[in-house]
Amino acid sequence: MADYDAIVVGAGLAGSTAAYCMAKAGLSVLVVERGDAAGTKNVTGGRLYAHSLEKIIPGFAAEAPVERKIVRERISMLTDESCFTMDFGSSRFQNPANASYTVLRAEFDAWLAGKAEEAGCDVVCPAVADDLLRDNGKIIGILAGEDELTADVVLLADGVNSLLAQKAGLKKEISPHQVAVGAKEVVELSAGAINERFNLNEGEGLAQLFAGAPSRGLVGGGFLYTNKNSISIGLVITVSEMAKSTLRLPDMMENFRQSAPVKPLLEGGKIIEYSAHLVPEGGINMTPTLSADNVLVLGDAAGLCLNLGFTVRGMDYAIGSGALAAETVIEAKEKGDYSNAVLAGYQTRLENSFVMQDMHTHKHAPDFIEHTPRMFKEYPELVENIFADMFTVSGPSKLMLKKTLPHIRKAGLINLMKDGFKGSRAL
Amino acid sequence: MNVEQKLSTNKFVVDEGNPHIVIHQEKMDAAAVKALTLVCPAGLYTLNDKGQLIFEVAGCLECGTCRVAVAHLPGAMEWNHPRPSFGVQYRCG
Repeated sequence: MADYDAIVVGAGLAGSTAAYCMAKAGLSVLVVERGDAAGTKNVTGGRLYAHSLEKIIPGFAAEAPVERKIVRERISMLTDESCFTMDFGSSRFQNPANASYTVLRAEFDAWLAGKAEEAGCDVVCPAVADDLLRDNGKIIGILAGEDELTADVVLLADGVNSLLAQKAGLKKEISPHQVAVGAKEVVELSAGAINERFNLNEGEGLAQLFAGAPSRGLVGGGFLYTNKNSISIGLVITVSEMAKSTLRLPDMMENFRQSAPVKPLLEGGKIIEYSAHLVPEGGINMTPTLSADNVLVLGDAAGLCLNLGFTVRGMDYAIGSGALAAETVIEAKEKGDYSNAVLAGYQTRLENSFVMQDMHTHKHAPDFIEHTPRMFKEYPELVENIFADMFTVSGPSKLMLKKTLPHIRKAGLINLMKDGFKGSRAL
Repeated sequence: MNVEQKLSTNKFVVDEGNPHIVIHQEKMDAAAVKALTLVCPAGLYTLNDKGQLIFEVAGCLECGTCRVAVAHLPGAMEWNHPRPSFGVQYRCG
């Protein structure tokens, strides 16, 4: 007889959601987490799109430690000299089903793991799951240091680096083209200063993404999110691109925070943390084997992440996959069968849910983004040139078309049409 | 502010004598060595004046970027999670 019905490796959003749902259904669940507490090894940019957790814990934002509800979206194109920003605000984001919140993972993950604990799970931390425990080849639990812990099923929610999914033979080595490295500073500022600088009301937040100069033309970009009393600012760059950079990542980060459009936003703020994380951006092509006898793979470990340039999502997919993994394990418990005959139902559930449907819808996005370097250099420059001409008065004027055409020719009209067409089918 | 100062704002516990990452430069090509010095967000990979790759474990953010950067070179790196209670403990994340 196993110690538990299920062992979950990793108390991140996928792991804790799965644990919570399984415990609610009466299963005995152990969660092992390698941080001193849930969330202490985790990093987000970051924004959580609420919809998936809203279905599991309706109205969660009222009790969870969310930072601010995002009501304004900005997208900026930066060159060394100029900044072009689109700024969109809408009361539509107030609807809980459409809402998104800035979060900091140390607090947020601790809350969600607490919910799992309240529901009856054992949460043990710090504990590192070193390997899967096998009996005649069959997975029967985990090995954590000296401890052998057994369960009918092991849920691998151990993050993008999932060493266990690799050891289990479910996941191949990650390629530098499939992941981006994110570096982030948390800069402490008073709520009042943030409200004034970003034109926000109490509790309201803003998300801003930056293309162009921050990544020095490499595939990637910058981000800024307002928290309650701090700003999260950082860069995300594809690892294969970073390897051919002329500057080190920490230096690019410093240049970004010192750049003209960003520096005044952080003025007087104090850096209270510097963090980094890998982001799985390979889309459906990096999906590992999601289930096998007695094992499931969830969240970042399953590569469930999608960066379209204007939205960056991972946490809502992690939560979605956690809930569907739990449903599957509950069925396995009812049937007394934890073989892949039942557990493969997890894959079907994912395919029928927003998680894999999104991955299919945007299956061309990672390839499009990686192979359209113009989006990170030439197009921000094009926008700069057009708008600089439009707003500059220094002598006789010209028709807008005459001003604009040479810039478009420089970027290449055919390129623009081609990329526009491809982009519209990928993003 | 340089990256060392930024890293000093983090809560970090060094596991003396038990680095969770061990590098084997002899298994790396020049491109891999250069990549490590560029991609590490904490700037922990540096070259000394003899061209040897030096890795400083204190400050490691446990992102795994270095692991991915040399994943195509068997034996170039042993990458593990730090033992329980060691490494970075994010207070914000």
